[in-house]
Amino acid sequence: MNWKLTGAAVGALMVAMAGPAVAAGELNIFNWGDYTSPELIKKFEAKYDVKVTVTDYDSNDTALAKVRAGGHGFDIVVPSASVLPIWINEGLLLETRPDQMENFKNMDPRWVDVAFDPGRRYSVPWQWGTNGILVNTKLYKGDPNTSAIFLDTPDELKGKVNVVPEMVEIMHLTIKYVGGETCTGDKEVLKKVRDKLVAAKANWISMDYANPERYSKEDVAAGVNWNGWSLRARLQNPALVYGFPKEGYPIFMDNVSVLKDAKNPENAKLFQNFIMDPENAAMISAFARYANGIKGTEKYMPADMADAPEVNIPDDILARGELLLPCPPEVQEIYTKIWTEIQK
Amino acid sequence: MANASTFSVRRQTGFTTIAATCFVLLYAPIVTLIIYSFNAGTSIAVWRGFSLRWYEAAWNNEQIREVALRSLLIASVAATIATIAATMAALATTRRTGFKGMTAVYAAINAPLMVPEIVTAVALLITFATIKVATGYTGLGFLFAAHSAFCIPFAYLPVRARLESMDLSLERAAADLYATPWNTFRRVTFPLLWPGIIAGYMLAFVISLDDVVITEFVKSAGQDTLPTYMLGQLRRQITPEVNAISTAFFLLSVGIVTLFFFLNRRKR
Amino acid sequence: MASAQESAALAKTKETRDSWLLSAPALVIIFFAALGPLIVMFAYSLMVKGDYGDVKFGEFSGDGWFGVFFNRDIFDDTVTLADAHLTIFWRSVKLSLFTTVIALIFGFPTAYFIATRPERSRDIWLFLVTIPFWTNLLIRTFAMMEVIRNEGIINLLLIWIGIIDTPIQIMYTDTAIMMGMLYVYLPLMVLPLYASMEKIDFRLVEAGYDLYATRFQVLWRVIIPLVKPGIIAGSILVFIPSLGAYVTPRLLGGGKNMMLGNLIELQFGQGRNWPLGAALSITLMAIVMVAMLVYVKQASKGTSSHG
Repeated sequence: MNWKLTGAAVGALMVAMAGPAVAAGELNIFNWGDYTSPELIKKFEAKYDVKVTVTDYDSNDTALAKVRAGGHGFDIVVPSASVLPIWINEGLLLETRPDQMENFKNMDPRWVDVAFDPGRRYSVPWQWGTNGILVNTKLYKGDPNTSAIFLDTPDELKGKVNVVPEMVEIMHLTIKYVGGETCTGDKEVLKKVRDKLVAAKANWISMDYANPERYSKEDVAAGVNWNGWSLRARLQNPALVYGFPKEGYPIFMDNVSVLKDAKNPENAKLFQNFIMDPENAAMISAFARYANGIKGTEKYMPADMADAPEVNIPDDILARGELLLPCPPEVQEIYTKIWTEIQK
Repeated sequence: MANASTFSVRRQTGFTTIAATCFVLLYAPIVTLIIYSFNAGTSIAVWRGFSLRWYEAAWNNEQIREVALRSLLIASVAATIATIAATMAALATTRRTGFKGMTAVYAAINAPLMVPEIVTAVALLITFATIKVATGYTGLGFLFAAHSAFCIPFAYLPVRARLESMDLSLERAAADLYATPWNTFRRVTFPLLWPGIIAGYMLAFVISLDDVVITEFVKSAGQDTLPTYMLGQLRRQITPEVNAISTAFFLLSVGIVTLFFFLNRRKR
Repeated sequence: MASAQESAALAKTKETRDSWLLSAPALVIIFFAALGPLIVMFAYSLMVKGDYGDVKFGEFSGDGWFGVFFNRDIFDDTVTLADAHLTIFWRSVKLSLFTTVIALIFGFPTAYFIATRPERSRDIWLFLVTIPFWTNLLIRTFAMMEVIRNEGIINLLLIWIGIIDTPIQIMYTDTAIMMGMLYVYLPLMVLPLYASMEKIDFRLVEAGYDLYATRFQVLWRVIIPLVKPGIIAGSILVFIPSLGAYVTPRLLGGGKNMMLGNLIELQFGQGRNWPLGAALSITLMAIVMVAMLVYVKQASKGTSSHG
């Protein structure tokens, strides 16, 4: 075995890994997977002469665990509204005062004074969206705007429904379906929720994130999904339609925040300001196909989003939706127990 | 008595057929993968014509390049460390009449196998995080250590299996001829052990390349590997860029293997 | 006489010390990056769980361990056996056993085939077996999905031959998980088997035939005992990781059929119950350790007659 050759190869690899280290500064972003536009990053890098790394996480829980443990090296994290207050209360975020930044005037007013970050002292909107029902109209001609599709599955769809394994969102949809209040701790209501979910599960084929292919190839005929994802799926298969459940549905928003132990807080603040610019916000939306929280972005958005029903939501339908916030811990614990029970 | 000229001592009924089926089954999904990497459409399953666009996209996608290289780097380093450590440990624990604590050593070495990955992952997160905060070092070293650790049992078992099937008399003969233990090792044991070591190295390499969960928890900023990158994509959409990268990896492995083969040939 | 005993004793101590020194690097690495942190885990299993995951450090409770075996009903507070856990545990053991046995059935002839090729080409065959596995696990699993889905190769083939009319639902079943695990862990069976087989002295096999044994008898009574270490190594390497498998069941089982690995992962994720997760894992490890010790004791009884 030629050791010298191997040694040289490994050495070369290590040099390649070192990469160009000539930028003036650094920024380390921790974000959801496949959620950051590479063009946006390149533009930011060029403008401020900063080397940016993007590291992925696949759930709010992983992100929280990693950051809480310490020693992570991240500057920016993008938690959902449903967990952001937890991050703030645990003292993990830096109060960067985006409301005093230059581009703050571009923020859409309805996203400024939000319950999870009043007056926007910590975070800047990244993208927002809804959870709803995606249906293949070839296999089902009925109304897609109802949670009955996955909770009281019609016969044509039995055994072909997929439900994303997002506890917070599914619990919300089900609670609303049985007529309860958001974050309710009412045991009667919750019992109904539990029974309904356990019964409904028999009609589901999977609890998975699914690829749009599964809808195109008709492995799955209907399911719970996010609107941006559904938009992408519809572009591949025009027979798909996205419904906003009339019983009530969740709205989520992911927000860019700076970590308290960030090593590059100045660059992080520059980034927060950067994404409040309409052109850049449009870039973010164009990548993952979700709406953003900045006004004046219409002229920069890609054509297929301009009139897409998934992201251009009329006000009356929007009123049926509710922004998800953290529920009190005791209530959360019951929800988790229910969720575990249906997962087995 | 069977006809001596056509009877093969080595042949067993049906074995070749099963082996052939095995190879076909092993490669069928890979072949599908490779074919779809040339798909002109955006799906990993629906064929829309031939195109090289995904290779272009993967090549231009700096992030994929980076994570792929990082995966290879971690795998090489971890497999090397693991194989060396495992070979030494195998020598220590095999074919001996037992020294004090041998079972304990054996158990310890195989321990990483028995622990569910998520548990090691979270435990390492907590432990390493404390070290990261205390020392300020957040480099790849933690990933190297973590990967080496869970690769050791995978390198150990083939080496040990090989050692156990080896004939001690050769080494005794060497000792009789006044060879030092080191020389005996170098010239008798090691060459005979070589196939086991290679098997161990390859296993360790493969195991390291595949690791998702432990890497996901141990990584710090900018340390994504190919599997963690893909895990992040699960919620969104998997594009055939991934097929292109896999095919590239595949061709790379074929290349390395061919290289290995020629180098070894020369030695013989 | 005394000095001979003395020198024998000295040699033994030297051997012990050498053995420990040789094992040292492996032990150090493993302790630092695999075992040591588990002590932390054990401590965590005894603590109070935090509201949003993690634990309330320093506050102790037996709830984690309680939750492994018992279930407190959410609504009426009755305590019952945690049958959900038992179902999942049984499913994991069952699937892992099947995977191991089938891996053996496929892997044994394959390893044998490779070991009986002419010496120069053996390395090529070996690499041919391993190369598919240099592709990433997630990708391989997706490739596997292509093969077993409703419009995948298996169903298309069966419909084309005419055996069935409508596609069989393979995907998202236990069978799919097993096939996926088999595909992932097969080289872990083949490589150790091969390492053992390559050293078979075929004169022994020939001797068997000389004594009028049939092929099957030779296989059963000569070859298999000779490669027993390889069989054991391979089986361990397949069975145990299968038990704790997480990615494959998640992708191929569709999230509806949980295995132990998924259950444990759930506790550290949306389940937000780290102490329970830690307790479950330690239980799993304990059971596996017992099984392995038994297995290994059997193995060393067999191999001490060799060499």
